[in-house]
Amino acid sequence: MQVKKYFPPIWLLKTFVHVFSLLPLINLYWLAFIDELGADPVKEVIHFTGIGALNLFLLSLTISPLAKFLKQGKLINLRRVVGLYAFFYAVLHVLNFLFFEVQFDFNLFIDEIFDRPYITIGMVALLILSALAITSINNIRRKMGKGWQKLHNLTYLAGILIVTHFYWSVKSELSSPLMYIAVLIFLLYLRRDKFRRWL
Amino acid sequence: MLIKTPAKSALTENSVTDENVYTDRRSLLKKMGFLGAGTLLASSANAKGFDLFSSDEEAEAFKTKAIKYSPAKNTMKGEVLTPETKVISHNNFYEFGTKKSDPINNAQAFKVNPWTLKISGEVNKPFTLDYDDLFNKYTIEERIYRLRCVETWSMVIPWLGFSLSKIIKQADPTSKAKYVAFETLHDPEQMPGQRSRRVGGGIDYPYVEGLRMDEAMNPLTLMSVGLYGKTLPAQNGAPIRLVVPWKYGFKSIKSIVGIRLVEKMPPTTWNILAPSEYGFYANVNPAVDHPRWSQASERKITSGGLFSRNRIDTLPFNGYGEEVADMYKNMDLRKNY
Repeated sequence: MQVKKYFPPIWLLKTFVHVFSLLPLINLYWLAFIDELGADPVKEVIHFTGIGALNLFLLSLTISPLAKFLKQGKLINLRRVVGLYAFFYAVLHVLNFLFFEVQFDFNLFIDEIFDRPYITIGMVALLILSALAITSINNIRRKMGKGWQKLHNLTYLAGILIVTHFYWSVKSELSSPLMYIAVLIFLLYLRRDKFRRWL
Repeated sequence: MLIKTPAKSALTENSVTDENVYTDRRSLLKKMGFLGAGTLLASSANAKGFDLFSSDEEAEAFKTKAIKYSPAKNTMKGEVLTPETKVISHNNFYEFGTKKSDPINNAQAFKVNPWTLKISGEVNKPFTLDYDDLFNKYTIEERIYRLRCVETWSMVIPWLGFSLSKIIKQADPTSKAKYVAFETLHDPEQMPGQRSRRVGGGIDYPYVEGLRMDEAMNPLTLMSVGLYGKTLPAQNGAPIRLVVPWKYGFKSIKSIVGIRLVEKMPPTTWNILAPSEYGFYANVNPAVDHPRWSQASERKITSGGLFSRNRIDTLPFNGYGEEVADMYKNMDLRKNY
């Protein structure tokens, strides 16, 4: 007799994703607003949303290998919502920089994007994420046919750009970016068969 | 007293503090004390949770005490002091961790008494100062200085201390003394960042810094032993640190045990780590960018939270040009960044 193992329904998992993505943001901006987020709330919100975007991005890359490993195909349904939250955090990351760091000095904002290579590649990664987010709408996805998968393979390039952006931005404390790089390499390694087919 | 005429760039505590805050300062200080105690309680409670296997010894908070000083005399309008709670909780002191909040969390057990500061090298009268000497040997003055970090944030801090020149004169430099080399305490037992490269941000310790002789003798160059009326908290570089207000913050080396007068330009920690990004001089200069970010403006850390509009233009020599620009008049500051 085969015992059917319990697996939580997707709607429940999606609810978890919503709650655990949104609650920390509410908490973050509230504390920053009342000046209870360390001495420099601006740095905190920039770093929190940046690291948050990277965490969610790597989580979205973990879902399909995990679905295979657990033999739970329906887990794939979570990929979009997690990916979209990664995009949302990344947008906030940039808006925090514009609103609170350079404080609407648009000339400085544009100069920094083009003059600082680590910011440039961060912005390229955000452009890729934007394209992926827009094309995640079902109607557009259907219209794109096979092109959709091709476009979404840019995810891997975005991943490399994002961890490089992080590595390049720190002063000397490299251990944390190196850890993220290791995780990304592992997630790409799990997809080695796919990459081999491209060659 | 070395500074007699009020310089245009100088600040005093009462001119730079909001009047309401100033008149209400005692009750505010009390509140801050309350907050400080509460924070410490919270952190020691946390530490207990982790410390399942250690002895039941209570982690004691680092103690500061009030010191006597002559108040700052000079005035400049339009500057607001960075609140004390922020000055003591937002620190770059990688010996205690690389996050800004690491030093206040990890430095509470730091032992500064006994302390020995040794003045040596190209001098006729080398000498040492012990812990009590730091507070009793020289007249302690209050100096309100801007502090500009190379990471583009800044603060305005009421330091207590005395001019470095007093120490140097007392040691009677020889004609070979062209530079001054400073060294931070090396004590991996007490400083987690010196035990682990990961915690310490990959720096080779001890932290070392240096100044040219004329920079060291400039009246602005301060040996600080306190801030906000009390001895320095551990995380701010207790018991004695350098403050060079016209240079980026990393020049202002903390917890100093050695001052050596030398003939050749001494090595400096950040320059060793990334020579293309951090020079020996490190004068605040809005015209010369850090390779990875602009130095033209800065965010001044005050109170007010996320929405405070605190971005200001960075001034050449951090606003101290009148006092220091002459020392660099024949130098290409683009090359000597």
